[in-house]
This record gives sequence, structure tokens and C-alpha cells, in this order.
Amino acid sequence: MADSRHDGEAAELALELRGITKRFGALKANDAIDFELRRGEIHALLGENGAGKSTLMNVVYGIHQPDAGEILVDGVPVVPKNPRAAMRVGIGMVFQHFMLIPVMTVAENFVLGAEPRTGARLLDEKAATSRVRALSERYGLAVDPHAKVADISVGQQQRVEILRALDRGAQVLVLDEPTAVLTAQETRELFKVLTTLREQGTSIVFISHKLKEILEISDRVTVLRRGRSVGTVVTSEVDEAGLANLMVGREVLLRVEKEAAPRGGGEGLLVSELVVKDDRGLSAVDGASFAVRGGEIVAIAGIDGNGQSELIEAITGLRRVERGTIHVGGRDVTACGAREMLDAGVAHIAEDRQRRGLVLDFTLAENLALREYRAESRFGLLSPKRFVERARKLLAEYDVRGGAPETKARALSGGNQQKVVIAREIDGNPELLVAAQPTRGLDVGAIEFVHRRLVAERDAGRAVLLVSFELEEVFSLADRILVLFEGRITGELPPTVTEEEIGLRMAGGGAAEAA
Amino acid sequence: MSTPAPPAEAPGSTTAGRLSGFLRSGGVITPVLTALLAFLIGGLVVALTGKNPLTTYQAFYEGTGLSWLLPWTGEREFAAANLQSTLILTTPLILVGFAVAYAFRAGLFNIGGQGQYSVGAIVAVYVGSSLPDLPGVLHILLALLLGALAGGLWAGIAGLLRATVGANEVISTIMLNYIALWIGVYLFGLMGPLQNDTDPSLPISNDIVMDARLPVFWGDAELQGLHVGLFVALAVGIVFWVLLNRSVKGYEARAVGFSPDAAAYGGINVGRTYVTVMVTCGLFAGLAGAIDVLGWQFRVATNDIQGSQIGFLGIAVALLGRNTAVGTMLSALLFGALLQGTNVRNLDPAVFDPALAGNLTTIIQGLVVLFVSADVLVVYLYRLRRRRNREEEAAPPGVAEAAS
Repeated sequence: MADSRHDGEAAELALELRGITKRFGALKANDAIDFELRRGEIHALLGENGAGKSTLMNVVYGIHQPDAGEILVDGVPVVPKNPRAAMRVGIGMVFQHFMLIPVMTVAENFVLGAEPRTGARLLDEKAATSRVRALSERYGLAVDPHAKVADISVGQQQRVEILRALDRGAQVLVLDEPTAVLTAQETRELFKVLTTLREQGTSIVFISHKLKEILEISDRVTVLRRGRSVGTVVTSEVDEAGLANLMVGREVLLRVEKEAAPRGGGEGLLVSELVVKDDRGLSAVDGASFAVRGGEIVAIAGIDGNGQSELIEAITGLRRVERGTIHVGGRDVTACGAREMLDAGVAHIAEDRQRRGLVLDFTLAENLALREYRAESRFGLLSPKRFVERARKLLAEYDVRGGAPETKARALSGGNQQKVVIAREIDGNPELLVAAQPTRGLDVGAIEFVHRRLVAERDAGRAVLLVSFELEEVFSLADRILVLFEGRITGELPPTVTEEEIGLRMAGGGAAEAA
Repeated sequence: MSTPAPPAEAPGSTTAGRLSGFLRSGGVITPVLTALLAFLIGGLVVALTGKNPLTTYQAFYEGTGLSWLLPWTGEREFAAANLQSTLILTTPLILVGFAVAYAFRAGLFNIGGQGQYSVGAIVAVYVGSSLPDLPGVLHILLALLLGALAGGLWAGIAGLLRATVGANEVISTIMLNYIALWIGVYLFGLMGPLQNDTDPSLPISNDIVMDARLPVFWGDAELQGLHVGLFVALAVGIVFWVLLNRSVKGYEARAVGFSPDAAAYGGINVGRTYVTVMVTCGLFAGLAGAIDVLGWQFRVATNDIQGSQIGFLGIAVALLGRNTAVGTMLSALLFGALLQGTNVRNLDPAVFDPALAGNLTTIIQGLVVLFVSADVLVVYLYRLRRRRNREEEAAPPGVAEAAS
């Protein structure tokens, strides 16, 4: 994708960072980082979770003040004390979490903080609307100025954010993991928009840890590792594996290696004729039957909203079963609550580790005890010392970085948080491991770790139920793939199936030959 | 940590995250700053009335009897009596503070300390004024126990409503306060079933029998010396600390308080935890009511029940004490001292109008609640100053530090 317009060093630098250093306490989040953004290029900033990408750009945007180093915009040194100052020198930033007010319209959000006023000091609706229209035409970004933000899609909200930044005069646009919240379709649209912006001369910093996207959209890539810049490469000269190695600092297996499934594991999970209602009282799981034997990974593939969450919640005892049965290890656990399910040997890597998997304000030791705290208590009293000892052992074993047993879970990066969850769940020696989107939001290094652990658990004879929206993950991990469509298992496929075939099944097609 | 820890990108990425970061990082300094700020503004109010804030606060301080602890500062006899009164007031404040603090830890806002306290007092006065033949120790224990249980049941209603039908505990505890209040007024009011047997014109209960009164261990029992209830409160302090930090129940309560979803995922029954936490809170507050009745009030009048503010003070106590065991006990002492120091009988009208002194307590109490709620602001101002100091100290930043 890199084009040749930038060849020759004549291209000016829209933004230059020299030796940016930022400390948080004893931690060097950014360590003498140099960074050059040419005018009219899309420059990707790649790194693992916690490598310092966001910190660096927060420094540029004036949210953090650097401890050392220089920021130059168009060759002129600037010191952005706050975002407002950064905007004044032409730097705009779009965050992962949008700063939009859901109950207000696009136009109202658009002019927030710089409201055009009528003579009577009322908000000039017309001026606001026309400003949105003008910009949206100029950049070819369609948005409806009168729509309420709450009613438009995430992709559209992102457009509003981008337009707003451009409206404030952004020449340099920083996008912090812009695709994390988008669907595949929306991502493609975003890329079109970014390409247009580049043609119009906007310089873009694209923060991501998704290699494929970076290869697709960027002209150059700067890789950060543990707060330092590892180097800048021209995108067309590298491939996925090369980037992954730069980012992690060692060879990474993008696809986990696994042996054929061992035979003769335990009974695992048996689900029959299961009906589970969702919060609206509709049958989200509607007569699903399947089995996961010990020593195999069974993946549930399906489009989001076909009953995955409800199925998992039923199996982990968090949601009541309407009809049908669930057996784990040969025992009927249909009517069991979460605690009894845990005791029956069901481990659960939750879909949302920040909401469910961890108590973010608990220490790591307390979090690691969440399964076992009762068993380790005596006369209703806990032993913090034993919590800490156990945590120390698990943190080392699972290579959790950035935290001691007394650290709050909130302080860890996403990948390390997930390692804590996995350590706790696997250490409980479960009969069945339910892994719901276990690698969501993780970088390649952490993904590799999670995949290896899941395969290791399978090889140890455990039943593993994987629910994932990443087809690639499903293909690389599963021994069998079950397609979940409208609350029913509509087919069983081998992992060698093509993406087209499974896509068709997931959309409800080809169900006639369902297994 | 041997490896260089990768920085977390998550914290501080949202406003709420930053705020809770501020709150947790405040430590001991914030509550102290909060209290100081409240007293400072209270001083401005004093100045507005045309009095001298310094001499007024001096007079308050003398009224607390805290000078007894510093024997070289002078007179001892009055100070001792004042300190006894301060500690008598501190005792129930510690307990109602726990009643609010424990609920906070579980993510519940217990506004019902007042009602739980009243119910405890009502039951204790009934038990303590009847059964005259029961031996003293047994009588006391029975009255304390039943008073505490009554408070526990009272608060348990709110917990149960929250757990079963999702009724917000703020609303239900406020309502239960009113119910407790009017039950008390009915019981001890004129022609009420528990009105005293001697004077039908007084809306007041029978007196606690002499044997069932808490022994006084410091000072004159006739002149409201300090009773052993203080030790009960201190012992409950230890229980509270263990409960919160070392027990299965406390672990579950804190997990639920931080994240009900994660707690449920960890196999904790969130609804049941709400109930047990509220019952526990009610036990604390009910005990406070029982101790006050058995320790120094000895009877309950309808206007005591209507006028008592102690349960609400408990909210300020818990907030200022940051819902910890030690913090709550210290801030209970502060508020106990404040109540005693602004007590009308201690004040010289030339220094400060005694009629206004009580109002000043209320003002300072309100300011504390306000500032604790705006704690973030206090920490922020504090941080800002520190940062500015640092920046001034730091030499002008070099272009680049040599990369190590």
C-alpha cells in the first residue's frame, strides 16, 4: 500500500518527536523515543499492550507532560500543556472511548466547546448543521447531523470524532486503536476514509497491535517495545511474521502447533436440548445439544448474538436453565449455581475480563483466590499470607509481568490481566474449561501464550469449550467446530473447512445437512 | 519485581478510572485535609458572626477535655469530666460509623443508621426496664444482644428488599428510619403501650433498672462518668477489622462492592451478601442504641427519638474515616469531640454564642460530607501544589537524557 509519493527526503515532517521520556513513578513508560511523521503519510505505531504507544501519543496530545524530550510540529518546537494547546498547533486525537454525548445530536456534539451562537446567545443550530455538512462533504465522510449519537453505529460515531478533530484544524490526526471497536465492515470503511484523508494531506498516526491492519493501511511502522522504539520500517518491506518478531522481540508462532487430539479423556461436558432465556425473556439458546469430551477443543462458531453469551452463562451457572440438561463429568449440574459449577469443575475464562473475570480493585493475590478462597479458610477466616504465597507461585508460573501479589489488578495491562484469569482458572484443575473470547484485545505475544495454554489443557485431558468470533482462532485451535445459529447447533465441521463454507453456515445457510 | 514492568495503558484512560485512582492514592492525607478545610470554613462562619474564630476554637477545644491527655497544659478536673463526655459520645459514633462503612464496602449506602440505632435503643430500654429480677450481667448482655439483633433485623429488611426485588437501599433505609421513629413515638408517647408507669403526662419510657446499667469505670456515676460501653465499641472495632480484612464474609462483601458481576462469576451469591451485610450493619447500629440507653440515657423520650441525629453523623464519620476500621474510630473521636466541644454548657457567651454553637457542629459536619464527596477535588488541589513545587525545583528540562 505504501505509495511512492513520499520517496526522497524532500517530504517535510508534520510531527517529530526527539527523545521523549515519560516516567510514571519508577516506571519508564517512554524511554527516549524518536518518532517522525511525514506530511501525508499514515504511520502506524505498533507494540504490545503496555509498550507505551498510548502514553507517547498522550504526551503529544498534551495529556501527559514529558519528563524529557522535544516535540516539533512542522519543524517548530511546541510544548502542548493540555489537549487544547495541542489542538491549537494542529494535533487532533481520536480515543478508543469516544468523547461524545449520547443524548445529543451529531451537530450538537460537533460544536461542543466551540458553539456558534445566534444574536441572543442561543446555540445556532443552523450554523452547526451546516458546519457538519460542509466538512462531511469536503472529506467525503457521510454523517447525518440531526441523528442522535446514541442512535448511530459505532463506526459513525468514530467518523464524528474524526470530523470534529479535522474541524478543529487537525493536520496531524492520532487514532488510538481505532479498529478495536469496529466490525470488519466498519474497519474497511474506516480505511477508505483514512486513505482519502491521506490524499488530502492529513498526516495520520495509527496506533494498533493488529498486524494485518497495519500491513494494509500504513506507509511506515514504528515499533515500540517496553517503552523503547525498536525502529521504523517501511511497511511494504516487511511481513506479518517480521513485524511480530520486532514487536515481541523473539520468534512468535502466529499459529499454534498442536498434535492430534489424545484419545480417551474424561466425560467432559454433555449438553442436551438446552433452552435458556435472555434478559428479554426470549429463548436465546433454543434446544442446543452437543458434547465436549476430555482431551478435545470444541469451538463454537457463530455470529455474535446467536446465543453464545447465554449458553456460556448457563454452563457456568450464571443463568437459569429453562429446559434440557447439562452434565459435567457425568454429573447432572443443570440446576447448579455459579459456586456449585465451580466446585463441579467448570473453569471459566470470561468474555469480559474487566467486568467479570477480575475484581479490578482487588489485589492480584485476592483475585487469584476468587475460586478457592473458601476452601482455604478456617473458621470463616482467610489467610492473606497463603493468598500471597500462592499468588507469587502462580504469577511466576504464568509469567505475569508488571505486578506483585499486592498490586491491584487494575494496574496490569490487558494481556497480563488475562494471564491472571487463566492462571486462576487452570490452577483449579478443572474438568471443563470454558474459554469465551479468550484473546480479545490481546497482542500477538499474549495470544500465543493463551493459545498454548489452551492446547496444553487439552493435551492434559481436559475438555475445552472455546467460543470465539475470530475464525482464525477457531481454525487453529479447534478439533471440532460447532456452528451456533439462532440458539441451535446447526452443524459440525472439521477445522479444515474453508472460511466460505463456515461463513455460509454461520449465516444460517446449508443447515439441511446439519449433523 | 525484577523485570522492567510494562506500563499499564488501562488506568487513567477513563475519567472514572482517574478519579478512583485519585481517591485511592489519597491515603491519610486527604481525610486530614478534608477535616482541616471544613474547620477553616467553619472558622469563616464564626468570623461572619463577629466573633474571633481562634478563641472560639480554643473554647471548643477546652470543652472537649482533650487537654486532659496533655497534663502539663493545666486544669485537670473539668477536663476529665469533659473528656468522659466526649468519649461517651464517641462510643455510639464508632458503631454507627461501622454500620455505614461496612455497607459502603459492599457497595451499599446505608442511610438507615438512625432507624437501626433507634430500634436498638427501643428494644434495649424495654428489656432493660423490665425483668427486674434478672442478675445484672445477664440483664445487660441480654439487653445489648436483643438491641443489636433488633437493629440487625431492621437493616436486614432493606437488604432483603434489595436482594429480592431490587429496591434501592437508600430509599428503603430512609423509609425504615421514619417507621422506626414513629414506632418509638407511638410506644413511649402519651397513652402509648410502653409509656412509663409513674407519670402519665410524660411521653417517656420506664427507667433502666439499676442493675442493668453499664458500670462506670472513670468518673462519677452520678455525674455521667465514662461507662464500659467504650470498651465494647473498641472490641467491635477489632471485630470489624477482622471481618473486613480477614474473613470470608468480608472478602465476599468487598468483592461485591467492587464488582457484583465479578463476584457472581466467582461463585459469590450477591443477593445473599447484600442481606448479610445489611444485617451486620444493623447489628452495629442497634448495639450503639442499646449502649447509649444502658450507659447514660437510661430512658427514652419521644423527643429523644425525634431529635437524635447520631445515625446521620455516622455517615460523615464513615466517609471521613474512609470506611476503614481505624479511620472510622478516629473520625468518630473527632466528631464526638466536636459535639462535646460545642456543647452549650461549656461555652462562654462572650466567646461564642452558645445558641449558635450546635449549628456550627452541623455546619462542620455538612462541610465534611461535602468535602469527602468532593474528595477528588481536595486530592487534586493537593497534587497540583506538589507538582508545581516539583516543577519549580526541577532544572529546565534538557533536550534528552542520555538513554540508559
